[in-house]
Amino acid sequence: MKAKKIFKKITKHYLNYAVIAAVMLVFIILAYATPMKASTSLLFQKITVAVIMAVSLSLVVGFLGELSLGHAGFMSIGAYLGGKVALVLTENGNLEASNILVFIIALIVGALCAALCGFIVGFSALRLRGDYLAIVTLAFGEIVRVIFTNSSAESFGGALGLKSPSFKTKEMFILVIIGFLLILLTLFVIQNLLRSKTGRAITAIRDNEIAARATGIDVTKHKLMVFVISAAFAGIAGVLFSYANKPIKADTFDYNYSIEILVMVVLGGMGSINGSIISATLITILNDKLTVYLTGDNAVFKDLFYALILILLVIYNNAPALKGFREKYNLRALINKIRKPKNDPSEIRGDAARWDVVPTKIEMDEVLSTDIIIEKNDRGDDSANIRERGGTK
Amino acid sequence: MDFITMIINGLSIGGTYAIIALGYTMVYGIAKMLNFAHGDIIMVGGYTIVLFFPISPVVGIIASVIFCVIVGIVVEKSAYKPLRGASPLAVLITAIGVSKLLQSAAQIFIGSESKGITVNLGEIKMGSVKISVLTLITILCSIAVMVALTLFVKYTKTGRAMIAVSEDRGAAQLMGINVNFIIMITFIIGSALAAVASVFLVFKIQDVGPIFGAMPGIKAFAAAVIGGIGSIPGAMVGGVVLGFIEAVCGMIPPITPYTDAIEFAILIIVLLVKPTGFLGKKRREKV
Repeated sequence: MKAKKIFKKITKHYLNYAVIAAVMLVFIILAYATPMKASTSLLFQKITVAVIMAVSLSLVVGFLGELSLGHAGFMSIGAYLGGKVALVLTENGNLEASNILVFIIALIVGALCAALCGFIVGFSALRLRGDYLAIVTLAFGEIVRVIFTNSSAESFGGALGLKSPSFKTKEMFILVIIGFLLILLTLFVIQNLLRSKTGRAITAIRDNEIAARATGIDVTKHKLMVFVISAAFAGIAGVLFSYANKPIKADTFDYNYSIEILVMVVLGGMGSINGSIISATLITILNDKLTVYLTGDNAVFKDLFYALILILLVIYNNAPALKGFREKYNLRALINKIRKPKNDPSEIRGDAARWDVVPTKIEMDEVLSTDIIIEKNDRGDDSANIRERGGTK
Repeated sequence: MDFITMIINGLSIGGTYAIIALGYTMVYGIAKMLNFAHGDIIMVGGYTIVLFFPISPVVGIIASVIFCVIVGIVVEKSAYKPLRGASPLAVLITAIGVSKLLQSAAQIFIGSESKGITVNLGEIKMGSVKISVLTLITILCSIAVMVALTLFVKYTKTGRAMIAVSEDRGAAQLMGINVNFIIMITFIIGSALAAVASVFLVFKIQDVGPIFGAMPGIKAFAAAVIGGIGSIPGAMVGGVVLGFIEAVCGMIPPITPYTDAIEFAILIIVLLVKPTGFLGKKRREKV
């Protein structure tokens, strides 16, 4: 029984690590066993960057409940500053470009610089909410783009882009593996953060800031923390990107890219890390495959498709008129139906401590109202048995 | 005489921004949502003018107003109305989706290369300063539109209903105001204003592409926020302020490429110092 519980805990909390590690292993075996096409490893590399971006944005949008439209700006900071540091180190010092040490230094510098910008943007999040904050993040992304585009050729390469560092041997292969390891790092930090007291404080701020403040949650600290951590991981993704793409151009990290990451988070389900990972993977693969078929002017059908998905999905998930329909027919209900055909009372449902599905206000009300079931006992007299759901007779 | 040219340029750019910003601010004040697609309605207007321009400029302008209003109503009914009462984040994301949808639809139906027209209205000499007629018309028209809008909101029944809805939607409904109708009227006015702005922009830039309205849209939103979103005089003040910043930046060559960055930086600073903008009302969040 105990072993079953531990197994359940592992599958619940650590399944995504295992899946990612397994994919990484498969990738390594495939890369060694068969000559892998350059395009395939490039696709994997894109996926790793997209997953880190989506998971870090999910922290802000899904768990803190603030919209950030400048996430690509943080990535841009990481890519440019990390890439520049790596270039300076390899050109001036006696270090090799293939040196893993240079990469780690670049990673740290990129993450720190992005985190600093995240702190500044997060600072504005303390005074502003909702639409205002969204426009500030949008403005931040545009400022970063304009500054890097107009930088001089010696500093950041200007409109032509920054010549970026690279590993020498089998570089894409190594980058993909590093990318997978960085995804695991991102998951480790963000999942553990969300599963802790801090994470519950963050979701409490999302659900009701005033109530959270009233219960003694330090809103300032938590908001800043979320923005800093999210920006730092975007910076890490940026450094990874800068090693894989040359030259790095500021226009890559524009408003449209921020929106693409937002689509991944919304599609995956706001407040679900695993959803973000899956949708980031799917969208990146779809992007890659679609660019083969949709060339030239047709490439825009992809944008149309994403825009439609975004609108329909948000309306489906949020329209007040569709509430009943949504509760009856959704993916989770379908999975539950397949997995547990009978209503098993020993199953604990609506567990508030679950980190991946934080109950919304409505769900909490339902949990509170149905938690205690009063039923007549077998003798048929009036003294009612009160039992908690999940408890057996 | 650079100084006078700068002031006139600033007023002209600012007037255009103010008209777009009025659309944002009215929708925000009444429907309590940020209409991200407003900039793309300008693009729709721009294309319509280019399309009808060979027939007659006046037909182009009228067609642009009609078409923008139709697009505005369709967007409001299909995308925003189902989400009335949903969380602000959901509405905002939908608006972004609509914006992308309009952009990509324009690219599919019309093509990614920009379409152009040539308009030359000539110049007027005032002393030693040359001012193009278009600049003057822009300034005069924007002043006229602002005055007309202010009068409409203050003195007509519909306008006062708009103020009532923006102050308290629930109370307005209890007083017998059809809130959905008022919101639709707001979108119609906003789209018509976007069409007017698109006329000025098309005649000035003379080139329309799928993302024609995106940048003016975002900047006008910045103007609305600087002036205090939800406030009609605020949008005018914000638009003119932003127009002057742009004119000044255009005058000094070393900082000209950074114009956008400077404008957005000023937006962030204004928001941090005074989160409600210059003329915005502070709303207390009630429990």
